[in-house]
Amino acid sequence: MTKSYLLEIGMEELPARFVGDTVNQLKSNAEALLKDERVEYSDITIYTTPRRLTLIINGLEDHNTKVEEKVKGPSKKISFDDEGNPSKALLGFMRGQGVGKESIIIDEVNGEEYVFVNVVKVSKSLEEVFATNMENFIKKINFPKTMKWGGKNLRFARPIRWIVSILDDKIIPFEFEGIPVSNITRGHRFLGNNSIEIDHVNNYEELLKNNYIIVNQLDRKDIIRYCSEKLVREKGGSILQDEELLDEITNIVEYPTPIIGRIKDEYLNLPMDVITTPMKEHQRYFPVIDDKGRLMPYFITVRNGDDKYSDIVIKGNEKVLGARLEDAKFFFKEDIKHPFEDYVNRLENITFQEKLGNMYQKSKRIQKLAVKIGDYLDVGEETKKNIERAGYLSKADLTTKMVSEFTELQGKMGMEYAKLSGENEIVSLAIFEQYLPRYSGDQLPSTTAGAVISIADKLDSIAGLFAIGIQPTGSQDPFALRRSALGIINIILDKKLNLFLNELIDFALYVYVEENGLAFDYNKVKSEVIDFFIGRIKNMFLDSGIRYDIIESIIKTQSDDIFDLKIRADKLNDWLDKEGLSDILTAFNRVSTLAEKAISNNVKRDLLTEDEIELYDSYNNIEEKALSLINKKEYDKALDILTTLKEPIDNYFEKVMVMVDDESLKNNRLGLLRKIYDIMMKVCDLSQIVNK
Amino acid sequence: MLFQDMMLKLLNYWGEKGCLILEPYDIEKGAGTMSPHTFLRTLGPEPWKVVYVEPSRRPADARYGENPNRVYQHHQLQVILKPSPENVQDLYLDSLKAIGIDPLKHDIRFVEDNWEAPTLGAWGLGWEVWLDGMEITQFTYFQQVGSVNCDIESAELTYGLERIAMYLQDIDNIFDIKWNDNITYGDIFNKAEYEHSVYSFEKADIDTLKGLFNTYEGEAKKVISQDLVMPGYEYVLKSSHVFNVLDARGAISVSERTHYIGRVRNLARIVANAYIEQRKEMGFPLLNKDGVKND
Repeated sequence: MTKSYLLEIGMEELPARFVGDTVNQLKSNAEALLKDERVEYSDITIYTTPRRLTLIINGLEDHNTKVEEKVKGPSKKISFDDEGNPSKALLGFMRGQGVGKESIIIDEVNGEEYVFVNVVKVSKSLEEVFATNMENFIKKINFPKTMKWGGKNLRFARPIRWIVSILDDKIIPFEFEGIPVSNITRGHRFLGNNSIEIDHVNNYEELLKNNYIIVNQLDRKDIIRYCSEKLVREKGGSILQDEELLDEITNIVEYPTPIIGRIKDEYLNLPMDVITTPMKEHQRYFPVIDDKGRLMPYFITVRNGDDKYSDIVIKGNEKVLGARLEDAKFFFKEDIKHPFEDYVNRLENITFQEKLGNMYQKSKRIQKLAVKIGDYLDVGEETKKNIERAGYLSKADLTTKMVSEFTELQGKMGMEYAKLSGENEIVSLAIFEQYLPRYSGDQLPSTTAGAVISIADKLDSIAGLFAIGIQPTGSQDPFALRRSALGIINIILDKKLNLFLNELIDFALYVYVEENGLAFDYNKVKSEVIDFFIGRIKNMFLDSGIRYDIIESIIKTQSDDIFDLKIRADKLNDWLDKEGLSDILTAFNRVSTLAEKAISNNVKRDLLTEDEIELYDSYNNIEEKALSLINKKEYDKALDILTTLKEPIDNYFEKVMVMVDDESLKNNRLGLLRKIYDIMMKVCDLSQIVNK
Repeated sequence: MLFQDMMLKLLNYWGEKGCLILEPYDIEKGAGTMSPHTFLRTLGPEPWKVVYVEPSRRPADARYGENPNRVYQHHQLQVILKPSPENVQDLYLDSLKAIGIDPLKHDIRFVEDNWEAPTLGAWGLGWEVWLDGMEITQFTYFQQVGSVNCDIESAELTYGLERIAMYLQDIDNIFDIKWNDNITYGDIFNKAEYEHSVYSFEKADIDTLKGLFNTYEGEAKKVISQDLVMPGYEYVLKSSHVFNVLDARGAISVSERTHYIGRVRNLARIVANAYIEQRKEMGFPLLNKDGVKND
């Protein structure tokens, strides 16, 4: 007969954003624990509600497994005296293991003999396993933010109020900072019983359900989805899908009951985001759309409880949302009294950063930088005009009443107001897209103008803040510059833009000098910003699964074209599967080591000895072809050609001594190696590749 | 339910649960937390239970008495339970029943919200309590006060009385709240709201206030160094309020703002340490006093 163990940590409401990671921790910590304790089981289930974290382990084998273990003692040398009698060291070891001389085995470890004994260890009983481990198991859970409470010597996300610990039907008690550990749990705050005895692990879900707790988060999610859809279908609509919001709502209710509320039709004249932002971000409501994707005058709120007195609950929610939408309507009406362009000048009243001036200055810089990037990319006249206009208007919405109140709407309102003022689609969209990507995995700008404005905005912040010495350090990154740099890199890769970092950063810093008269150590800041970007590029490539040594190898080429670096990484990655790679790397490593000592890559043909000619000619034969492939970014093919030099290189080193006393001869030989090295470095630095 | 009845019911409820019922502290402040009944008493190892209503001034929220939801001064009902009892959430929910809010007829939620008061060097973890989607209470377990770690973590419950009253009286404008049967919130405060708005946004003399801030700051430091904790703390409160007016007046740039906040926080830290030192010298008298320690 197998058994089941249940641990329930009863808490005050756990922040929803902690749940996902906590589930993973509970599962992997439990697996590790059971492995350490050599306990066999069939499966682990983790349930969470706002007030409980539950671990259920099924199929536990409750037999005392005997495990034979070979225990190492002192070396043979010190274990016996001259007469072959046990020494003090050995006697101590035998006493410690509880064995006599007859159990001693001698075995060799790394060429020396040691004393061993075979000991049979009995694994702990299940009761013992859980009684001794669960205190630490709970304390080991990590949260992004923890607290203390009531003077207890304990940190957790929120106060723990009770713990259930049972093996089938038996309480497995342990000491936990004075918090009760028993088989008593609590039901729904208002609808359920406040003291429920769990008579057996198998009845846990059922007992909780009777007390208005749906403990399985997946069930709750299904209920929310199904019942919400059902309610809105009756109105001829559907839920505006938002998986993240659904997960959050799932984790803030124990007994979900979706109910439908109504807003005044007149609000539907507002831009969609103006309505959905307060619904979703502030109130955690689902907006409702019709079959054409247009908002309908309804919302769904998910009550933590049953459907009794729903009319009171919905009336309250309608009132709260109504007040917010009424505000929004007022702001919108006020804002559109003036052409959007008029808001640009008001940016002088909003500080970007004390030393870097106001937002008006920032938008001027964005405009300049964006136009320059447009030039680099050789965009057409039309696009350039759009970029210039979008740059100018980029920050204007920050001075509107709407964005002052609902800051999440920055960019979105700019787009809406621009359209209403007769700006074209591209310009309007670019104003929104400048903020993309807003978070990891977010959508990227869809238009060239949007991409360019987005890069300009982010690069301007990075350049300026580095120039005044506010760069990210450790966990401190108050202006989210790392995310901005990553955003730039992602846009460049997504749009396949050939931009040179050096040029970009140069110009971004130059604009500060020109527009703001900012004084700073130009060269120092520039190299800091470049290093910062290189660091981000490395991290991003690593995260996307590119090998560390490949990244080092391509970074060493000093290429500052991000998209080109990615091409190199991908090509090199494939190329490294090549047969005979190890010998090729060895050959080129020898070249690199010496080539770094060279003073030039000049080779005088008349100084070459017979043994050197082969390599020299081979090189000359491939040079042109290799350079042309490199120019075409066919880096793998270039490497194929370059590495045909492997044989001549090997032959060369077999016969030629490079570091001879004769200076001119030595330099001539180093020069030849340097030629090979230089052309290799135009592709990648093979000496960085780990030679397995 | 009339505003004054609601206030009295909550005061009585918590009084019956063993809280001292105290009066507002007679110096301008931005929140109930700033009363010494909270700020100082939540420091150190001594137990403390208190409830009081605190008129709280937020000059930047002033709206000339024209906005239905925002005002220069509102009322917070503040409860401190130190140490936080095991059933603190239940006690809170029962207090709602005391003013006629039956949890079975509503949707009550505890939504994550981590409270922080940078000028006080104070922060804690907890929730906003939502009643049918509306925030009615800030519920916080203090972790640090005056930049000092709390020996005994207090639970702080801050009820937004106007919000709750508007809900219970089913009205949309704060100035329509019935204080008693005959007099509305507007009758009492509307004119003052207008005047404070004009003062905070238009008339406050910037040089005078900046001078006052410096004077209060200097006086606070001097007085605290002479081991006079309470008079010292009062000057900390005064400097904080002057800063708030200057801020609303638009007289403080973004960087200056950080600097001012830092100066007030520094004062709060000094006074917090002085208070703990003082209580220690007194032998933490409330540690063994009946009626404070336990329910």
